[in-house]
Amino acid sequence: MIPKSIGASTSETGVAELRRLIARHKMWDWLFGLLGTLALLFATLVFAALFGQMLINGGPHLSWDFFTSFPSRRAASAGILSAWVGTVLVMLVTALVAVPLGIGAGIYLEEYARKNLLTDIIEINVTNLAGVPSIIYGLLALGLFVYQFGLGQSIAAAGLTLALLILPVVIVATREAIRTIPQNIREGAYACGSSKWQVVSHHIIPYSLPGIMTGVIIGLARAIGETAPIITIGALTFIAFLPPSPFSSPDHLLSFEWLLAPFTVMPIQMFNWISRPEEAFQANAAAAGLVLLVMTLSMNALAIWIRYHFRKKIKW
Amino acid sequence: MNTQTPPTTKPGTELKAQAKALSFYYGSFQALKNIDFPVEKNQVTALIGPSGCGKSTFLRCFNRMHDLYPNMRYEGEILLYPDGVNIVDRHVDPIEVRMRISMVFQKPNPFPKSIYENVAYGLRVRGVRNRSLIDEKVEEALRAAALWGEVRDRLDDLAFNLSGGQQQRLCIARALATDPEILLFDEPTSALDPIATAKIEELVSELKEKVTILIVTHNMQQAARVSAYTAFMYIGELIEFDDTKRIFTNPSSKLTEEYITGRFG
Repeated sequence: MIPKSIGASTSETGVAELRRLIARHKMWDWLFGLLGTLALLFATLVFAALFGQMLINGGPHLSWDFFTSFPSRRAASAGILSAWVGTVLVMLVTALVAVPLGIGAGIYLEEYARKNLLTDIIEINVTNLAGVPSIIYGLLALGLFVYQFGLGQSIAAAGLTLALLILPVVIVATREAIRTIPQNIREGAYACGSSKWQVVSHHIIPYSLPGIMTGVIIGLARAIGETAPIITIGALTFIAFLPPSPFSSPDHLLSFEWLLAPFTVMPIQMFNWISRPEEAFQANAAAAGLVLLVMTLSMNALAIWIRYHFRKKIKW
Repeated sequence: MNTQTPPTTKPGTELKAQAKALSFYYGSFQALKNIDFPVEKNQVTALIGPSGCGKSTFLRCFNRMHDLYPNMRYEGEILLYPDGVNIVDRHVDPIEVRMRISMVFQKPNPFPKSIYENVAYGLRVRGVRNRSLIDEKVEEALRAAALWGEVRDRLDDLAFNLSGGQQQRLCIARALATDPEILLFDEPTSALDPIATAKIEELVSELKEKVTILIVTHNMQQAARVSAYTAFMYIGELIEFDDTKRIFTNPSSKLTEEYITGRFG
């Protein structure tokens, strides 16, 4: 509907009509703003409620001993030592495998690969892999890593499994970050006589690193809470010893025995405690959940910090 | 207009490069048609013509920029003197060509690095590690680009903190730091204000003492002000190549005359 007076709105009624029209348009702004705020509030409140409940149940149980004790049959003296050590080691393997592979694959797809049917198929596959349920990765890993490669139910097997799981996330983040680099920067670098690898190492990687790091950390934050694939490959639910130290080797070299050691991780420790009937163990589970949540949140915070800190230097 | 004899520079002048029957294809689309084109040494040669006439495409043949993209093909040759190598030959490495022929782009494209590192980049690519040599070259290039006075105290600042005109002069310094044989300018002032444009134009006129210059411009006054020779292109063809004065006062082609008098374009 076009107000009758548009174009010739010098008359009083014309202006009034125009104002009514604008008010009607603005009503939608207001309505959408309200809906958005409600949606945001809902999400935040649900999270706050969960966090609050865990804090109330588990908070009092948090103590130094909780971090330095092995799980135990007595709830009061049970701790998460083996779980957090396991989580840290598994994440280490995951990051060491997924980061170079994912960044390499992303750079190859963006900068080196010709655009043809094959790369299209690879692209669709990578995107789809990000949506595969994690238990499927667990099944794959059980057959491949645990039995075929003979890694057993070890930290290495778990780390590789989670690396597979977050690989698509890292690849997609790398590609997205690379795509934000304007083509004229590439052309400028090539015009200076750079080879492809010089362009990649002097420009593409440094300029996309903040975006890549953000993707990596978000991937790791997802992996840290994964339970299903880890259970599938057979992590132990009760473990009262630590993997051999990497510094335990008699000839002063780094030892890699820990890679093949059995392990447990935080979410499995929680799962184990939750499935017990005793009330006290529920509190332990809440406390462990709190620790896991803080681990995840601080990783996300780190991702945000990296994004803001490094993006400041790069303006396109 | 291939009925004419190939265009030439004034008698007794030395050529830096020469295109002979150069054609260029994007897939099956022929963007440049059989172009013969001389480039005189230590002079400024301007390319003018309406949008889409192929002047930038032609310029980008000189540093093989097209090789970054798939489905393209050169035919004919561009000979670079004194050695007479055909720089669009498939067997000639584009990197070698780009190391001899630098380019300044339409939009200033400094790297998100310091002013110093931007200028030093070409040297780094060439594996120069000698710090004092790099320092010397950076200063020399910044002086040649008329930027030294403005940035000498803040060489470690990010290049993005410079104004648009300063950024473009930084890109000129980056292109000059490696002592190129030819410097290509692809509409270098189209993103700049009139004052910054005047500075760049002045610079182009000065730089020809050191380096042969090819400049694409959509601004005819600019071509008239800075160049010794001007070429008029239209739909992939070189319509006319001549002394700049003659092109603007007494063009031999009707099409050129219509374009420079503003009847189309």
